[in-house]
Amino acid sequence: MTAVRDFFRTFFLWELLLGLKLTGRNLFARKVTVQYPDERGPQSPRFRGLHALRRYPNGEERCIACKLCEAVCPALAITIDSEQREDGTRRTTRYDIDLFKCIYCGFCEESCPVDSIVETRIFEYHMENRGENIITKDQLLAIGDKYEQQIARDRAMDAPFR
Amino acid sequence: MADIRSYTMNFGPQHPAAHGVLRMVLEMEGEVIRRADPHIGLLHRATEKLAESKPYNQSIGYMDRLDYVSMMCNEHGYVLAIEKLLGVTPPPRAQYIRVMFDEITRILNHLMWLGAHGLDVGAMTVFLYAFREREFLMDLYEAVSGTRMHATYYRPGGVYRDLPDRMPQYEASRFRSKKDLEWLNKDRQGTMLDYIEQFCERFPTAVDEYETLLTDNRIWKQRLVGIGVVSPERAMELGFTGPMLRGSGVEWDLRKTQPYEVYDRMDFDVPVGTNGDCYDRYLVRIEEMRQSVRIIKQCVDWLRQNPGPVMIDDHKIVPPTREEMKDDMESLIHHFKLFTEGYCVPEGEAYAAVEAPKGEFGVYMISDGANKPYRVKVRPPGFPHLAAMDEMAKGHMLADVVTLIGTQDIVFGEIDR
Repeated sequence: MTAVRDFFRTFFLWELLLGLKLTGRNLFARKVTVQYPDERGPQSPRFRGLHALRRYPNGEERCIACKLCEAVCPALAITIDSEQREDGTRRTTRYDIDLFKCIYCGFCEESCPVDSIVETRIFEYHMENRGENIITKDQLLAIGDKYEQQIARDRAMDAPFR
Repeated sequence: MADIRSYTMNFGPQHPAAHGVLRMVLEMEGEVIRRADPHIGLLHRATEKLAESKPYNQSIGYMDRLDYVSMMCNEHGYVLAIEKLLGVTPPPRAQYIRVMFDEITRILNHLMWLGAHGLDVGAMTVFLYAFREREFLMDLYEAVSGTRMHATYYRPGGVYRDLPDRMPQYEASRFRSKKDLEWLNKDRQGTMLDYIEQFCERFPTAVDEYETLLTDNRIWKQRLVGIGVVSPERAMELGFTGPMLRGSGVEWDLRKTQPYEVYDRMDFDVPVGTNGDCYDRYLVRIEEMRQSVRIIKQCVDWLRQNPGPVMIDDHKIVPPTREEMKDDMESLIHHFKLFTEGYCVPEGEAYAAVEAPKGEFGVYMISDGANKPYRVKVRPPGFPHLAAMDEMAKGHMLADVVTLIGTQDIVFGEIDR
């Protein structure tokens, strides 16, 4: 009996028809496709993307040039020079991140004792010329200024876990 | 005149079916393979050597990049080796989280494998369906660690952060009606564990779909049945592990035979094949996905009921929380010490292995007492598998080589390291 059934199933392409039924059903199913540039997928507050340097609410930059991020960076992507300012505080004169070297592990953010260097949600950026892969302190601070609200919200959300 | 019978053909490294950067020199007689000679090393990044020049923790991120479709399992092997040397055991919650994410990784890997294998052999649709489900797991990776792939989430002494209490949601756009948006965000209302549980509820149906498309499909069977048969004895001699070994009928799974973390408390079965051909290995991996779902469910239940720390409380190894660090001088000192020089690991050597989706992923580590390893050796599961390519491919047709690469689940990140 099974032999007869198997014969007819083989002969009438039964398993292929089952597959067609499935794909046909999926053709009319609801789509999960995200229309990317106009529409985004969900993004976690823990997302590790492009870096930024933050400021205190009074406008003073947070970074105190402790160089922990430089020390912990596995890819050696961060370069820092520092100097004592006239008011006696220690601040960076140079804070470069080489985005080609960076592996986005998040250790810099983890290590920063003053929450200065952070990895933001930005993941779509590009360079047009050679050398633009190294982002400087001014650029980092500008990113921080622009996205400060988002950054602060994400940190607050994740604070209980860190 | 000399009668030239065989000729050599170059397969890869740019061939899309070569799964990355495999170059194979095939000696052929007509359409039949006489000898297959895999050339490796095109993705060599000296991960082992790099690890020697960095404090222990800093290499975790590089372990992700070995087998780049089973990221957290690689981290797990590395972290286990360090923990063995340090003599620390992570708290149970961290162990459960690790087991859960190992299994999520297994599903991730097998979905990738299934899609790519199907695509190689000619089944386009499965690829799309597999990647649809894969996206849910990628979201889990992102929610917990912040990246979709290279997580850097496991740490010696536990995991970096506890599971988040909510999942990120889709935002409204002009392409989605309100109803569609609600439907997309339906699973994302609760905690992460709710999300995982809902995934576990619906994933077996998805596996059924793949099976409908493939298991009985005559083309699929023609391409897979009887291809690359390896006997159980030979599989052991060749150093096969994971689904490659189990497909040949040897019941060997590190999760059962030498349980690490909390696998001994998990209830799951180890599928084994009988014929040792590509089709059996396919069935084994499909069943492994179902078993993984079972394990994940058990982890979710446990994690729901047992909140607690996810890191050991030893600030000589694990940095203090940020709140502590900002309030307490001693914690700040620990923080600085750990992020500049790391921690020193007692002299000795250790080998730790995990059952990665592809087989036994092991890390052998020698410490001379410093803050960086003296030597790290990674035992990738794919290497012995690829080494058997010649034996498996001999006598088969050219098109079967593609099937064999698929069934071996080759990823070059780990083979070349």
